[in-house]
Amino acid sequence: MLDSRVRQKLQDIVGEAFFKDDMESLVTHSYDGTPMLQALPEGVIYPKDTAQVSAIMKVLNEHRIPLVSRGSGTNLCGGTVPVQGGIVMVMHRMNAILDIDLQNLTATVQPGIITKQFIEHIENLGLFYPPDPSSMSISTIGGNIAECSGGLRGLKYGTTKDYVIGLECVLASGEIMRTGGKLMKDVAGYDLTKLLIGSEGTLAVITEATLKLIPPPKYKKTMLAMYKDLYGAARTVSKIIENRIIPATLEFMDNPTIRVVDDFAKLGLPLDMAAILLIEQDGDMETVERDIERISEICREELADEVSIASNQEEALRLLTARRSAFTALARLRPTTILEDATVPRSKIADMVLEINRIAEKHRVQICTFGHAGDGNLHPTATTDARDHEEIHRVELAFEEIFEAAIGMGGTITGEHGVGLVKAPFLEWKVGSAGIAMMKGIKEVFDPHHLLNPGKMFAKESRRRVVIDRG
Amino acid sequence: MAKLPAATLQETLIQKLDYEQLTNCMRCGFCLPACPTFKETGVEAESPRGRISLMKAAVDGIMEPGISFEDQMNHCLGCRACEPACPADVKYGQLIEQARDAIETHTKQHRWWVSGVRKIVFKELFPHQKRMSLLGSGLHFYKKSGLQTIVRKTGAVKAFSKHLSDMEKILPDASSKGIVEQLGTYIPAKGEKIATAGMFRGCLMDVLFTETNIKTVKLLSEAGFDVVIPETQNCCGALHAHSGESDQAKAMAKNNIRAFQEAGVDYIVSNAGGCGAILVEYDHLLHEEPEWKESSSWFAARVKDISTILVEQGRPLQFAETIDDGASTRITYQDSCHLRNVMKGSNPSRQLLKEVGNVAFIEMKDAGSCCGSAGIYNVTQPVMANQILEHKMENVNATAAQYLVTSNPGCLLQMKLGIEKHGQKDRMEAVHIADFLYDRVVKK
Ligand SMILES: Cc1cc2nc3c(=O)[nH]c(=O)nc-3n(C[C@H](O)[C@H](O)[C@H](O)COP(=O)(O)OP(=O)(O)OC[C@H]3O[C@@H](n4cnc5c(N)ncnc54)[C@H](O)[C@@H]3O)c2cc1C
Ligand code: SF4
Ligand code: SF4
Repeated sequence: MLDSRVRQKLQDIVGEAFFKDDMESLVTHSYDGTPMLQALPEGVIYPKDTAQVSAIMKVLNEHRIPLVSRGSGTNLCGGTVPVQGGIVMVMHRMNAILDIDLQNLTATVQPGIITKQFIEHIENLGLFYPPDPSSMSISTIGGNIAECSGGLRGLKYGTTKDYVIGLECVLASGEIMRTGGKLMKDVAGYDLTKLLIGSEGTLAVITEATLKLIPPPKYKKTMLAMYKDLYGAARTVSKIIENRIIPATLEFMDNPTIRVVDDFAKLGLPLDMAAILLIEQDGDMETVERDIERISEICREELADEVSIASNQEEALRLLTARRSAFTALARLRPTTILEDATVPRSKIADMVLEINRIAEKHRVQICTFGHAGDGNLHPTATTDARDHEEIHRVELAFEEIFEAAIGMGGTITGEHGVGLVKAPFLEWKVGSAGIAMMKGIKEVFDPHHLLNPGKMFAKESRRRVVIDRG
Repeated sequence: MAKLPAATLQETLIQKLDYEQLTNCMRCGFCLPACPTFKETGVEAESPRGRISLMKAAVDGIMEPGISFEDQMNHCLGCRACEPACPADVKYGQLIEQARDAIETHTKQHRWWVSGVRKIVFKELFPHQKRMSLLGSGLHFYKKSGLQTIVRKTGAVKAFSKHLSDMEKILPDASSKGIVEQLGTYIPAKGEKIATAGMFRGCLMDVLFTETNIKTVKLLSEAGFDVVIPETQNCCGALHAHSGESDQAKAMAKNNIRAFQEAGVDYIVSNAGGCGAILVEYDHLLHEEPEWKESSSWFAARVKDISTILVEQGRPLQFAETIDDGASTRITYQDSCHLRNVMKGSNPSRQLLKEVGNVAFIEMKDAGSCCGSAGIYNVTQPVMANQILEHKMENVNATAAQYLVTSNPGCLLQMKLGIEKHGQKDRMEAVHIADFLYDRVVKK
């Protein structure tokens, strides 16, 4: 329970309606998109501007109360589960578009704006903001920045970090700091903007962001390539890149994923295929036509059973939407769905897919795989049942092995979902002990009393396993 | 199933809630943007994901469900827009019914007039078609006798509740004679017969919108259906089921199944999305009673909304080229949530409206989002209902339509209210799709 003086101070800052500590509010902020995790906060607060965030932070700092910043709670790493209690700060009310600068092609927004609403607004102005996590109809820009989210367009256009050029944030002390600005070039000192992107709410509360916008591509084409042979599909991915074609989107779905997605979206996908690639190219008409043709050739060379090109925008959009729903559609199979985020160099996609299947079989768990194949970012997804502890244990063992395999191939434990609570024990495998020490040092400077999203990113102890650092 | 009243709400929740469905929710949040109450408040507890987590926390013993738990469950419109949005296929509609069913056996917190309204509506009126038509004559008398004017002038109605007085303004001329009294129980097909359609007349529909019922039957006949109207049918039970009175809902369902089975129909046609949605789910409603399995599935499989049966089974209707001369008529369509989200019938209505001669169909923004009517929600939750309605009317007004077409009596009334309160009332009219279509069909 929160001290009544603290409670009063917080209520004075935001007003009675925007600080809540009834049981219903606590329960509904005890979870996020990650399965099997839950912890109650002591209060939920909804600030309306930077000044309020700063005032709140000062109170919490004075009383040493932890804070978890929260967008829409769609993250998949336990990032917003308040494991050490404290206050959950919901950013939804701070959802304004503050400035669209058509001369500099930038947008300045508050963090609570829903990603899709922002994207639609920008597109109506004839501009383009590429980062498009599959959760974009729910997630917030603030959450995207804090997790450095990627999406279906990451391959060609990069991810959130490539579009954030300035930030305003509130530090653990309550002080307000600004980084970057509407500048395309800026090397004044360390790059604190980039440091904050992907910091998962552990370094500061982001209160404003300046984003880079670009002109939209003129022309777009979407195609599907279907394979009876899984390895052929995976090899196609490496081969397209090898041929120096960078598609806008290059997504992979294996057979179980195809089945559930089709069941949900009723697309009439072929259910007997081992894998499907969803490929999109955009740009000038001439280049797009040429690339799509060459990609089709490569698909056939790798023994695709069928290659089809979407006849219109509507069809293309349906395919993309279906792919975006893959993860949640998999939840139709079993009660609990655990999605992971292993990433390897693109040339290793085929090996990684085979390795995942081998490990799944070894541990007798069902793992469906889909993902941003063009980025080397796979989402092996276990469908299981949280009530079956023995099975969950086998799932955990399988995932450990999958991470190990990914790192062994020069990959990483997460390509876009972040470390949070669930990957914390594995972080050292990837960055090594020197890396951990450096990161902890940085955290210490930003947040000496460990108030910002405590328990995340750094585990009490790492999993014991000798792993060679390959960066 | 033996029924011992459990000691606490928590225990009843544990008994009634389907734990499998609770765990199926993976908290992805895909349902959030679809939910009108979340859209209005931005509060997680007012979202489908939030409500499910509250139910689960209550069952898991993380919290004891109190008054604000009940409030959160009651704030839900039951529009079920969250269901098609959910890729994990969580049956939210069933969960909220189970939760409300549990709450209903325990709650002490209805405000006096809410429980009064509920008692009259659920126990005394809807189950009894005779009383419903008496209510019809009452309203008829009320309007015709001049009593209405007196009530309005003295402001007596306002004493009840601002909202009820608003509703009072838009109530249509109710009829003392239902459809059977006016048309009989059998209306033959025009031209060659395609199949036999059983008309589900609905209790509210038959009293407040008898004319619409008559036109529905005539449309069916034009499209080649023999129509029978089993006299022994009664209220669909939707309001009861959605508000936690599930025993009564089940009794009503059984009676309706019997009535239509005896009538030997090929289809059961509803012109009220709210009724249709529970009719297609009679098999679920009675799923705990194996002896009803066969007949409830028989029934559920035959239920069709009027637009759907016209498009999918009927002979194409021939619409008059034009009824206005000159410029085309601008129309827009407000989905009935239950027709759209449960009966999956959002396309046929639009298709029919587009076939009508000389109309410009303008799709309104968020047409699929609830208007706030939601059964008796607008009576029990007037504040939220009005807020939702106000936002709905912004989108309606933006279409500048002359006709706002709907597919459900509750929505129709709510839209009339919306036009009265926030709309362009001198140039816009809310109509039921059956009326709109029938008036434009070339009669054979
Ligand atoms: C169905 C589904 C699909 C997904 N698809 C993708 C995908 O394609 N690509 C991808 O990268 N991710 C994906 N995700 C993961 C998730 O959606 C992203 O991580 C998203 O960016 C989280 O946004 P959010 O607003 O929900 O943030 P939250 O989940 O609320 O928070 C995420 C993290 O950000 C921190 N945070 C939030 N706001 C602030 C702020 N203002 N200041 C500081 N820290 C803050 C929180 O403390 C937390 O650590 C998916 C998730 C789901 C459920
Ligand atoms: S969309 Fe379905 S699974 Fe996702 S949070 Fe909503 S109810 Fe749960
Ligand atoms: S039924 Fe409607 S109001 Fe209720 S949770 Fe679902 S979308 Fe929201």
